[in-house]
Amino acid sequence: MKIHEYQAKALLAQYGIPVPRGKVASNPDEVREIAAEIGGKVVIKAQVYAGGRGKAGGIKIVNSPAEAKKAASQLIGTRLVTHQTGPEGVLVSKVLVEEASNVARELYLSILVDGTSRWPVMMVSEAGGMEIEEVAQSAPEKIFKSYIDPAIGFQPFQGRRLAYGVNFDGGQIGEATRLMTNLYKLFIDKDCSLAEINPLVVTADGKLLALDAKLNFDDNALYRHKDIQELQDKEQEEPLEIQARDWGINNYVKMDGDIGCMVNGAGLAMAVNDLIQYCGGRAANFLDIGTLNNTERVVNSFKMFIADPRIKAVLVNIFGGMARVDVIAKGIVEAYQQMDIPFPVVIRLAGTNLAEGQRILDKSGVSFIQAKDFYDGARKVVEAAKGVMK
Amino acid sequence: MSILVDENTRLLVQGITGSEGSFHTQRCIEYGTKVVAGVTPGKGGSKHLGVPVFNTIEKAMAETRANASLIFVPPAFAADGILEAIDAGMSLVVCITEGIPVLEMVKVHRYLKDKSTRLIGPNCPGVMSPGKCKAGIMVGDIHLPGNVGIISRSGTLTYDVVSQLTSLGIGQSTCVGIGGDTLPGSTFVDILKLFQADQDTKAVVLIGEIGGTMEQEAAEFISHKMTKPVVAFVAGSTAPPGKRMGHAGAIITGSAGKASEKIKALSQAGATIAPTPAEVGLTTKKVLENS
Repeated sequence: MKIHEYQAKALLAQYGIPVPRGKVASNPDEVREIAAEIGGKVVIKAQVYAGGRGKAGGIKIVNSPAEAKKAASQLIGTRLVTHQTGPEGVLVSKVLVEEASNVARELYLSILVDGTSRWPVMMVSEAGGMEIEEVAQSAPEKIFKSYIDPAIGFQPFQGRRLAYGVNFDGGQIGEATRLMTNLYKLFIDKDCSLAEINPLVVTADGKLLALDAKLNFDDNALYRHKDIQELQDKEQEEPLEIQARDWGINNYVKMDGDIGCMVNGAGLAMAVNDLIQYCGGRAANFLDIGTLNNTERVVNSFKMFIADPRIKAVLVNIFGGMARVDVIAKGIVEAYQQMDIPFPVVIRLAGTNLAEGQRILDKSGVSFIQAKDFYDGARKVVEAAKGVMK
Repeated sequence: MSILVDENTRLLVQGITGSEGSFHTQRCIEYGTKVVAGVTPGKGGSKHLGVPVFNTIEKAMAETRANASLIFVPPAFAADGILEAIDAGMSLVVCITEGIPVLEMVKVHRYLKDKSTRLIGPNCPGVMSPGKCKAGIMVGDIHLPGNVGIISRSGTLTYDVVSQLTSLGIGQSTCVGIGGDTLPGSTFVDILKLFQADQDTKAVVLIGEIGGTMEQEAAEFISHKMTKPVVAFVAGSTAPPGKRMGHAGAIITGSAGKASEKIKALSQAGATIAPTPAEVGLTTKKVLENS
């Protein structure tokens, strides 16, 4: 799960990490008031779940409350298009108003769980403001890493090693070590999947400051962080994906085609989308119904297809394991009973309780296109979407 | 032969009395797996599906000589269940549970260091040696005993591949679902090593997906250490970057996480790439005929 920069900074501040003085606002008048309160030069930052805001014009530096109001009115209510958003962009409904900082140096600092060592890793680099992947490719020697033994946590010597590595000096060594220790504590306490301060700046008077902040959280751990769950801004997410979650379908991703897919299992669902493309079609979504054995989620998947005006045909591909084919079949029949299905549906069933599932479908009298296997299903649904097969 | 599980496996089921635990334990027993014990705290002393239930793994192992454990415990408690099994000295732990927090798995991996337990999963379909032992939730009757080893990050996609192989008359030595999480207990490389050493495995099918670098590490191992042919498929060629595709580990965060990069690495390492997920069986057939 993602949160906004202003929320991430509030969490950093709670953990004793210095952030610029500032406040969030949702209309230009508020922005003017905050700018007047802060005084002098201020920065107006669009709050969106996407990086690349600076280059996209989502960050503006202004000299007066009047200019602040004007800049805010050009951002709030518009859609910001960055290299991380689609061409439709994301809605800016809030801006963060902050005092402008006098920056002497820009660095990069982050923590994530390293997949190979399976330990959290603290990374720091002098190439602040750049994306870490670019630095990793162009100048890997500029990234200093410390792997953190989860049994003992982040240790001061690791902080000193990293701080000396990026040429901090004097009081900055202790300051940076405390900052890293606090960031690690936040990372662990809140089950983060990424804690990133980019840039971490040294101000003209030698102090460290988190100028930007990004915190991502482990979805699997949200059950134990109600405070974090409440920070989610649904406006920033794809409406169909929010709708899917509200209907209990957690594994739904909107894609750019016109073929609706309902599959059990994430790997099979990805493979179905790949195969549809191979057969000349495009999937409208990734949908893994998961393993919960109830018909409601099947019915809700059909509601999703109906809610999506792009859908021209649907492929149901179920290989029962933990999910049982008979339950899925009952769900499909219920969906046909509850709603008018305006598009052709191709069904391929296999696995646990197949015979019973097939019997339920055949007996129900619902009209569908039977596929004998995976490939057959993909081919038939692509034809159906093109109107060749009804 | 086979790897990880066989006719000598004495299976213990953690969470045997829950609904998923019950359903799948019954299927394992019907397949012929020796399920010798169940563990559900508070239900020790009873019997479930004809299997004695214990409060602790320690007690269950002492009384039944269980040597492998299969976990169906809910996500908030599953890491604790894995730790209990490791502590009791279980040699194989297979965790089916999906949704364990990553930082819980960080602790589990820390505890696993210097222990002899092999962990498979979590968020996986389990391990199956056809005709010998089914320790998982996979469909039993699609499998056929034989000489092809399977390793996969996916569950249902593996079932599809297995049924493709079986319908072509190609049997399997062992099918290992390593799971879809970011920190699996065993990686592709861990299992490739076991298949390379297994006399009855003649070829290996590897089913990868987007996210992480496990396929690249597998490619490295294949090019330097593997003498047996490997057939590979990587799911998620059409997946958009930055989106989690169902599995916790299936998210493209850097260029290495893309399907195309993984396919390139595996192909350069000498693995034969199946052009589509529906042709893994046929590709394997050709590879076996030419080897």
